[in-house]
Amino acid sequence: MNRIVFIAIGILVSLLAPLFLDKYVLSILILSLYFAFVGQAWNLMMGFAGQLSLGHALYVGLGAYLGAGFFVQFGLNPWLTIIFAFCASAVLGAFIAWLGFRFAIKGVHFALLTIAFAESARLIFDHLDFFGGTGGLFLPVKGGEDWNFLQLRGQPLMFYYVFLGATAALCLFIRSLLKTRFGYYMMALREDQEAAQSLGIDLLRVKIIAVALSGGIASIGGLLFAFYQNSLFPDHTFAMARSIEFLMGPIVGGVGTLVGPIVGALLLTPLGEAMTALLDLVGLDLPGTKHLFYGLSMLLIMLYLPKGIWPFFEGYITRLFSEKKKNNSHGDASRGDKGKKELAARVV
Amino acid sequence: MTTFLSVGLNGVLIGLIYGLMALGLSVVFGVVRVVNFAHGEMMVLAVYGATILNALFRVDPILVAPLIALFMFFLGYGLQRGLINRLLHQAEHVQFIILAAVALILMNLQLMIFGPDAKAATVSYSLETFELGTIILDKVRVYAALISLVVAMALFAFFKRTLLGKTIRACADNLLGAQVVGLDYKHLYAISFGIGSACVGVAGALMSLVFNVTPHLAPELTLLSFVIVIIGGLGSMGGALVAGVFIGIVQAYAGYFTTPSLKSLFSFLLLILVLMFRPQGFFKKAF
Repeated sequence: MNRIVFIAIGILVSLLAPLFLDKYVLSILILSLYFAFVGQAWNLMMGFAGQLSLGHALYVGLGAYLGAGFFVQFGLNPWLTIIFAFCASAVLGAFIAWLGFRFAIKGVHFALLTIAFAESARLIFDHLDFFGGTGGLFLPVKGGEDWNFLQLRGQPLMFYYVFLGATAALCLFIRSLLKTRFGYYMMALREDQEAAQSLGIDLLRVKIIAVALSGGIASIGGLLFAFYQNSLFPDHTFAMARSIEFLMGPIVGGVGTLVGPIVGALLLTPLGEAMTALLDLVGLDLPGTKHLFYGLSMLLIMLYLPKGIWPFFEGYITRLFSEKKKNNSHGDASRGDKGKKELAARVV
Repeated sequence: MTTFLSVGLNGVLIGLIYGLMALGLSVVFGVVRVVNFAHGEMMVLAVYGATILNALFRVDPILVAPLIALFMFFLGYGLQRGLINRLLHQAEHVQFIILAAVALILMNLQLMIFGPDAKAATVSYSLETFELGTIILDKVRVYAALISLVVAMALFAFFKRTLLGKTIRACADNLLGAQVVGLDYKHLYAISFGIGSACVGVAGALMSLVFNVTPHLAPELTLLSFVIVIIGGLGSMGGALVAGVFIGIVQAYAGYFTTPSLKSLFSFLLLILVLMFRPQGFFKKAF
């Protein structure tokens, strides 16, 4: 009961809060939600299927460029291209997975392969004039346009709700996916490859589907964010540092949990942005500070809290809930219950 | 025809520096079995060390290379002792992510300290060339390549001939056996990481003569080293050197026939081809 109330309050707050927030805070919230979304997509692959990708910027960037490019060049509706971007990224992901896992080679090769593909994409998009090349791709911004959800053009507030909805939908999707046969296959693969194989699970197939799904979902996040940001540069979009940023949230929050990536992204992104803002305020111009902070927190978390923040707090929070339940029940009904318990404790 | 040949020869020269750089990675992977993700960042550090000394005291990077190698040796030794030895029993992806974090930290520290501008060292013979008939080769490249070759040979000799080299190879070959005969593997691992880093130190000092380097280049250098090591065969030292030369040649021709900014793409393409058809690389394990 309590849980439902809690969740309802959470939903209400996240729906109403942006109406009272200032523009800057809103932009940070959108950024955090974006990282939460992509982090969750990464988590699907690493956290639940146990396959490490260090190049998720590839799928994100591909989604962003496909959506934005076709919008700029042909005026194609983003909701149409989102399907195309999803499929393209999924196929690419499947190809990379097939390439990397075909011989059951060690994880090192696969992780390197993901980076190599992301770097290749950076170089290729640098030279594609259709997508703006090195100079960047810019989406036209019309002033005064308020909410055009069908064209994904509009105020930051709209994008806040878009990302909120997307992230929530993704969490629910993964939650239900984990309860399907395929979900159990993935987790079996994560826990013990050989044991999973001995039970007749087609490892290659599960890996390929997991990577394809994760890549496709990540590309949706990239596309949505491209329409919010309105500008794309290959050197930023496909940078190695980007890929690392995407996996920061899940790692700090807790890989392999549903809530962890969200908690991690909502915690780290504002901290990183606040740090940059603070340095700006002081008048220091140190370009690498945010990433230095990300790197340090990643290192410390991996060394001292390898399961992430969320599993650490989860026990504490559930205890809090059960405590509350107890309080409530004795408030509503019986004092006798408590008395009996105390008695029992004394007897023991 | 002569331009074609001199492009190839220049590729060989650059490739030897690449080979030395990759050799550093190969030693670390071959012995410690940990993938050093911060390899490119260490390379950039060495390059900046050489260029800063060059700018301050007008010294030739070739002369300060031993100094930088020594510094990098202790850095690598410390990194292995302080951090990586603790990770040996962790899952592979944990090691990977932690080293990626180290790489991120190093890269951004360098960005904060050195700034984002490209740096290179200049020496009195920077613009001089050797002329073999109609083929023209830059002096700096020839010197850098020769020194890379000498250092690589010295390293092979070290692992084949000296007692220390043999004990390190013993650790790589059979860790349990090495422990049984009383080898302090943590110390030896740290020395191996130090040696790998020293290779990077020399390669970086030499590279400062040939390329403009910025901290942003580090991930590309890491990846390039990996491509070379995988093509040569993970853990094979000779393979790394040969594959380095091969990649140097491929990049030189790729830059010549397309645009120079696309040349790295061809090494990634090569990686994909190798992983498709010969994922174990072209040379046998040497450790």
